Amino acid sequence: MAENTTARSARSRISWITGIAAFFVALITWGTVTAQPGASWAPELALDLQGGTQLILTPSIADGQQASLEQLNQAVSIIRQRIDGSGVGEAQVTIQGNENIVVAIPGTPDANTLQLIKASALLEFRPVITYADSIPLGEDAAPIDLDSLSDVPATQPVNASDAAWVTERLLAEFQNFDCSTQFRTPGQVDDPAKPLVTCDDFLRFKYILGPVEVRGENISDAFAGTITTQTGASTNTWAVNLEFDAEGTNAFGFVTSRLFGLPSPQNQFAITLDGLVITAPSTNAVITNGQAQITGNFTQESATVLADQLKYGALPIGFEVQSQENISATLGDESLRSGLIAGLIGLIFVMIYMAFQYRGLASVVLGSLVIAALLVYLFIAFLSWRQGYRLSLAGVAGLIVAIGITADSFIVYFERIRDELREGRSLEIAVEAGWKRAFRTILVSDAVSFTAAVVLYLLTSSSVRGFAFTLGLTTLIDLLIVTLFTHPVVQLLARNKFFASGHRFSGFDLSAAKASYRGRGEFRVAAEVTSGKVKKASKEAQKRQTIAERKARLALEDGDE
Amino acid sequence: MSKFRKLGNQLYSGERSFDFVGKKNLWYAIAAVAVILAVLLPILRGGFNFGIEFRGGSEFRVNNSQELPQSLAVETVNEIVPGVQVNVAAVGFSDLRIQTEQLEDLESEEVRLALAEAFGVDPAEVASSFVGPNWGADVTRQALIGLGVFLLLVSLLMAFYFRSWKMSVAALLALAHDLVLTAGVYAGVGFEVTPAAVIGFLTILAYSLYDTVVVFDKVRENTLEIELSDTRTFGEMVNLAVNQTLVRSINTSVVAVLPVGSILFIGSLILGAGTLRDIALALFIGTIVGTYSSIFLAAPIYAHLRSGEKELKEASERVLAGRE
Repeated sequence: MAENTTARSARSRISWITGIAAFFVALITWGTVTAQPGASWAPELALDLQGGTQLILTPSIADGQQASLEQLNQAVSIIRQRIDGSGVGEAQVTIQGNENIVVAIPGTPDANTLQLIKASALLEFRPVITYADSIPLGEDAAPIDLDSLSDVPATQPVNASDAAWVTERLLAEFQNFDCSTQFRTPGQVDDPAKPLVTCDDFLRFKYILGPVEVRGENISDAFAGTITTQTGASTNTWAVNLEFDAEGTNAFGFVTSRLFGLPSPQNQFAITLDGLVITAPSTNAVITNGQAQITGNFTQESATVLADQLKYGALPIGFEVQSQENISATLGDESLRSGLIAGLIGLIFVMIYMAFQYRGLASVVLGSLVIAALLVYLFIAFLSWRQGYRLSLAGVAGLIVAIGITADSFIVYFERIRDELREGRSLEIAVEAGWKRAFRTILVSDAVSFTAAVVLYLLTSSSVRGFAFTLGLTTLIDLLIVTLFTHPVVQLLARNKFFASGHRFSGFDLSAAKASYRGRGEFRVAAEVTSGKVKKASKEAQKRQTIAERKARLALEDGDE
Repeated sequence: MSKFRKLGNQLYSGERSFDFVGKKNLWYAIAAVAVILAVLLPILRGGFNFGIEFRGGSEFRVNNSQELPQSLAVETVNEIVPGVQVNVAAVGFSDLRIQTEQLEDLESEEVRLALAEAFGVDPAEVASSFVGPNWGADVTRQALIGLGVFLLLVSLLMAFYFRSWKMSVAALLALAHDLVLTAGVYAGVGFEVTPAAVIGFLTILAYSLYDTVVVFDKVRENTLEIELSDTRTFGEMVNLAVNQTLVRSINTSVVAVLPVGSILFIGSLILGAGTLRDIALALFIGTIVGTYSSIFLAAPIYAHLRSGEKELKEASERVLAGRE
């Protein structure tokens, strides 16, 4: 009955691993059939396999300040926005190692795009002179010759909010402004002393703004929070709080004292980031203590986004290009193909060697490696879809190296079974006893590789990460395979006549094992021993009772507890 | 029946045994000589050959299937940037790799276009890269931090699992030996030290310790109640464990080396200098040295470290006295 239980549990474990594989196959099939974004049978490739340009940028901040993670996050979204705005499709912008920003772009960027990526973001406060809904002008709008119009104010403007800033040319420009077109040249720098025509970052409204009155550097802090009433009770309304440094307090006090009381929209000031209006609140009070609060229809999320933008703009970060790597698509292609060929050749050699060493058992190794490869492939396809994982050349190297480490689990296991056979146990018992001892070893040694993978993944960046990731993934899959596939299959095979009889091609060649029971100096030629005399051999072995045997039994009983 | 398996049986029963633990002084001496050579060799060759990632510079790759002379590349670059030092190397079947000191953005774009014209290929087929001198150093610094943290964690893991810090010490000594030897051979071959090579070294760490742990687990199993044994001393028991796992050690290292060897071969032959080849070389040496050191260094050092313990010493004396 115990045997039936073993077989049943073995089959159930095999069905588990089949189930896991089938689940991911079904999931990815569903993803591709229903055309989920990013779902594909072909995992996304990193730049070194796909071709393109990779830039590694390090933030450079004046006064040697360190960019915080929030600021880096903000930088990522700003760089992404800039690249998208410049018409280069599908850029990948990520933070690496808490200090670098990696930009991957297909093709080769021109000098303008590079300049654009490197430039620091500018946050400025400009008073609103007027604004209007942006209405698409359509194809047939007659082009106007702006240069023929006067750009000299009719009267000298008295302050930044003065409508006198609006010259004939500026008005014509404003009237013909269409936020749905590409209205800013990439990397455009605006003159802070001049008025500016621009749009908000949702491209809904167009504005004429006066000259810059407060600069982003003068913000000392910005954070999102809920409004508290005068009695101190917290409400559910979100707002963004702004704090200025001394210079900013003066400048902002000056602006608000002028704007407060002006008719709408001239009581508004616009905050621009890279020339786009991110918010344009109206002034409800004269603020002279340097602490402003922006209210409106904020949700927690939108308040946080705005606060982050302000905080980022408060510390203008420029970027130094640490490295720029350009990989031609053909070279990437060649690398991938060679990597795969190398892996395949390696796998074939491993199989030949295993067949030579373990005979019939080599088929179990082949099966395990194939299933491991399938699972790794499915996981990578899944992570590429859900997590944006991209397979790099270093990752491919990690996978190829993993063949050896995965196969080692099988070797440790098979060798322990043979050890048990040498102790004279029958195959089925040897398989169970060998497994218990092998599993401990596999577990602790895999823990070592997994620790290596996790530490490297967390503490390093770039290509080392890709490598660490595949190493960690394959270590986990190795554990899964050896427990849920290799061991149960061997358990079932042990009940098979071919293997249990210790056929010379089975890999459990018992005659070989028995030869050693003669003890020192009395080695008998294996051919003389027939494989049918297993029971006699085990009795002999019991009589001999070496330390190793006793220890082994102790260890076995140990494992049983 | 294969001789190898016959050997496996004999090693298991102790009928045949290689004296790894007893001849420890011989292995120590060999390791010392190897380490000294591994340190001297790079010095004699003028230090490590650091890759562009560590020196900083610009690099171009162009397909040269028409087999034009390499000097053409030097001339082309010098036409645009006069007097700059240009290193050209053939890479793979038909690629040329052209390295210079770091060029300005505009210069490097001009060089790229000029190379495309000179070699008669599409400009998109000319890959250009530049690397600041900090880049490689950054990767290495992170790798070193990672190394420190990893070693600490694994030492704790081993000390906890094996209930003996002496195993951690023995494993780390063997690991240090592996790293020095691998670095020495790597420098000796004259390959460039690139971030890929650094990845290779990190993997050796993992592999070398992994392999030592497998051997040590057998040692743990065999020496569970060694104080009570009256037939074998502690050293002999450790030696038996190493012999019993010898077949596994050989099989595993062969299986690990085969795929790595095939990357090394394909990497050098088809791809030339690059990520795959650099990782593979470091791993190829590291795997072999790592397996060697688990057997010839880690186990003898462990037995050596514990030989002074009072209980084990008494037990050994009892065993030896019983034999007389």
